[in-house]
Amino acid sequence: MDPALQPQTHVHAPPQGFIRKYVFSLDHKMIGKQYYGLALVSVFIGMILSWLMRLHLVWPNTKIPGLEAIAKTGAPGGVVTPEFYLSLLTMHGTLMVFFVLTNAPFAGFGNYFLPIQIGAEDMAFPRFNMMSFWVTFIAFVALIAAFFIPDGPPISGWTAYAPLSAIGKDAGPGLGWGQNLWAISIAIFCVGQLLGSLNFIATTLDLRAKGMTFMRMPISTWAWFLTSCIGLLAFAVLLPACLLLILDRMAGTSFFIPSGLVVSDRLQNHAGGSPLLWQHLFWFFGHPEVYIAILPAIGIVSHVLITSMRKPLLSAKVIIYSMMSIGFLSWMVWGHHMFVSGMNPMSSLLFSFPTLTITIPATIITLIWLGSLYGANIQINSASLFALGFISMFVSGGVSGFFLAQPSIDIYLHATYFVVGHFHMVMGVAAIFGILSGTYFWFPKMTGRMMNETLGQLHFWLTFVGTYCIFMPFHYLGLVGNVRRYSSFVDDFMPALMPLHKFITIAALLTGAAQLIFLYNLIYSRFRGKPAPENPWNGTSLEWSVPSPPPWNNFGGAHPVVYHDPYQYGVKGQSGDYVMQTSPEKIPSE
Amino acid sequence: MGKMFAVILTIIALVSAYPIVTHKYVQPVDISTHGHAIDEQLADTMAEAGLSFVLAQLLLAFFVWKYSSRKEGSKVFQLPGGAKWVIVAAFIFVGTEVIALSFLGQKAWAEVYFTAPKADALQVQAQGGQFAFYFRYPGVDGKFGPIHPDKIDEGNSNFFGLDPANDVESRDDIISGELAIPVNREVHLLMHSKDVGHSFYVRELRIQQDFVPGLDLSLHFTATQTGRYEILCTQLCGLGHFNMKAYLNVLSQEDFDKWMKQKISEQ
Repeated sequence: MDPALQPQTHVHAPPQGFIRKYVFSLDHKMIGKQYYGLALVSVFIGMILSWLMRLHLVWPNTKIPGLEAIAKTGAPGGVVTPEFYLSLLTMHGTLMVFFVLTNAPFAGFGNYFLPIQIGAEDMAFPRFNMMSFWVTFIAFVALIAAFFIPDGPPISGWTAYAPLSAIGKDAGPGLGWGQNLWAISIAIFCVGQLLGSLNFIATTLDLRAKGMTFMRMPISTWAWFLTSCIGLLAFAVLLPACLLLILDRMAGTSFFIPSGLVVSDRLQNHAGGSPLLWQHLFWFFGHPEVYIAILPAIGIVSHVLITSMRKPLLSAKVIIYSMMSIGFLSWMVWGHHMFVSGMNPMSSLLFSFPTLTITIPATIITLIWLGSLYGANIQINSASLFALGFISMFVSGGVSGFFLAQPSIDIYLHATYFVVGHFHMVMGVAAIFGILSGTYFWFPKMTGRMMNETLGQLHFWLTFVGTYCIFMPFHYLGLVGNVRRYSSFVDDFMPALMPLHKFITIAALLTGAAQLIFLYNLIYSRFRGKPAPENPWNGTSLEWSVPSPPPWNNFGGAHPVVYHDPYQYGVKGQSGDYVMQTSPEKIPSE
Repeated sequence: MGKMFAVILTIIALVSAYPIVTHKYVQPVDISTHGHAIDEQLADTMAEAGLSFVLAQLLLAFFVWKYSSRKEGSKVFQLPGGAKWVIVAAFIFVGTEVIALSFLGQKAWAEVYFTAPKADALQVQAQGGQFAFYFRYPGVDGKFGPIHPDKIDEGNSNFFGLDPANDVESRDDIISGELAIPVNREVHLLMHSKDVGHSFYVRELRIQQDFVPGLDLSLHFTATQTGRYEILCTQLCGLGHFNMKAYLNVLSQEDFDKWMKQKISEQ
């Protein structure tokens, strides 16, 4: 072939030495694993924080051994104080949303598999890529540092509403340097995500292999591509918002602080700002962030499902267009977080309509999955179980959104456990099911070894039943009017609800403990797992055409050529009931 | 294992729906004039969303049961009609619900936010501050004295920053830690925050509204049943947030007059 017609791919020398291979690596695969590893550390920290919260809520006098060493003022004698509870929920939310739900499904798997799935040798900008991870790592260190300063971590929640977050230490413990570290960490995190998003977009647009048209890209690649477009716009708004917050806190400006505030008996020296401005900026990022977490999971799950069903979806195009509509609508709905915030009540109605409308593409995606299961030959394994579990969670978390999208119902349900149940199911658990499905599916490719299937399925059953036991009752509590973010329930009618709270705590402890099975499986299989073949699931996309694990330049210097879309299952191919994207064989139906 | 998934999912769907169908967890009694519209809309949404939830989960369970344990190499086939009918169904069913809920269902919202309070409504000012609510009644002159933030002094119980020495209107203002109101009379609540964001939530009144520093907001509502109800802060406001509450005391007109008289004599 004429070399000028070859797709443009980035060429760099194989990495030499430990530092270049494992630390400051330019290889998108290592960077993907680094993101995944950071998410794994974050998710276990976040989970332990949630344990502490759940224990404090129902048995407030529980002594946690060793806790005093980390939080001397927050947990004297190992007992969590009410103010430390607020630190816990702030850190839990921030770690989970930013460092787990953004890092793992998007930056982690996306980095590893997007270039391979489009037939590229690496990302378009490998140095930017390395920088995006290390910038994210610095953000993580800055956030975790808040645990170790005398002031303690911030207490203003992951949404950091101004002016509580903007005034400084007068407003309460943790709102001095703890809040500074939070704002600095998130600002740095935004830089990492912006670099990553740019890289994903450039790579998808420029580095596709010959024959890899847009419609021949796997749904997972589509999801990462669309997510990077959303991320580029969303983090570009959160970054300046955090900078303004830092200025309010450190430079005496008043973007978010109005005049005449008296905090801790001191009249604050600020004037002219608006607390609602922070909410608008934050949620303008915050709602698309939900889709930054869930779209990659939709992509991963679709990819896993197609392979596991041994047949194509009813329509892959419809899923892709639905994801686009969700991405598009996600920019018009941020106000639904602010129905009772004091913004113009007329705008609530305007925000409500597109929010309800998002249900249509979301329903279409769900029905396409369900309809595609009809007539399938479902291969049950850990990866496909988590994918099926994802559909169930996506439905459960989705239907509760229907309530909260209506301003009048939100008057009653806002700030109750109903909201907590809703976003944990749809954004937390569902996205994590997507991550887990992807992990069981791609682990053989990433490490060259198979994961233990028995442990994987045990992990699935405990997690599936466990998460329902935790989060379904949250909705019931919310219906009764149980409000969130309370460190203890001093309400008059709370005693009747305490048995349900205790049930949730026990379920959370057990489900959390079940994750140790996953951790063990991950570590054990990495070193002792059965060696994985090149294509263990009989998949069609490009990652299954390279060795497990792939060499540093993915295709060994060759330029793959793509002949088909990745949905050629249930056909009579040379190697079985599928035809790989790179196989030049003819398919009768095409 | 596919059959096990189907069975467990069916159990989860039915067990999840059970407390809803049996009304085990419902909102407390409604004591407002507008709340019934909210409750009705909540019930309608519950019926639609609950049905969608159960149907979708059962359908998922059924397909996994049927298509997961087929013989190795069984022929796969597509749903007749393909994606077209799925899209049409989603647009018709969900689209109708969306339109119905967003246009017909805004009655309750309009009742709370798009109507003006009556001229004879009882005016009360509510102040949110770390970590207590205070309520101020205008007194016999019917006028609130101005607030001077620099004069706020909690130690001397000057929660609102009043200056009765210089402001005539402030002299007869009545400050209370509980919100006492007469039954069946509209209340016009003027809300302002002293420091950070707070919220005013009374479950039984079906009212929730944030206090936003620097923004004067107002609410109006009518309570229809006497009794004591909790007022909770639902906007994270600092370390004492969980303990920030007050009581709404709905009194008969007679008792309210007595309460007011006593408050005046305490001034």
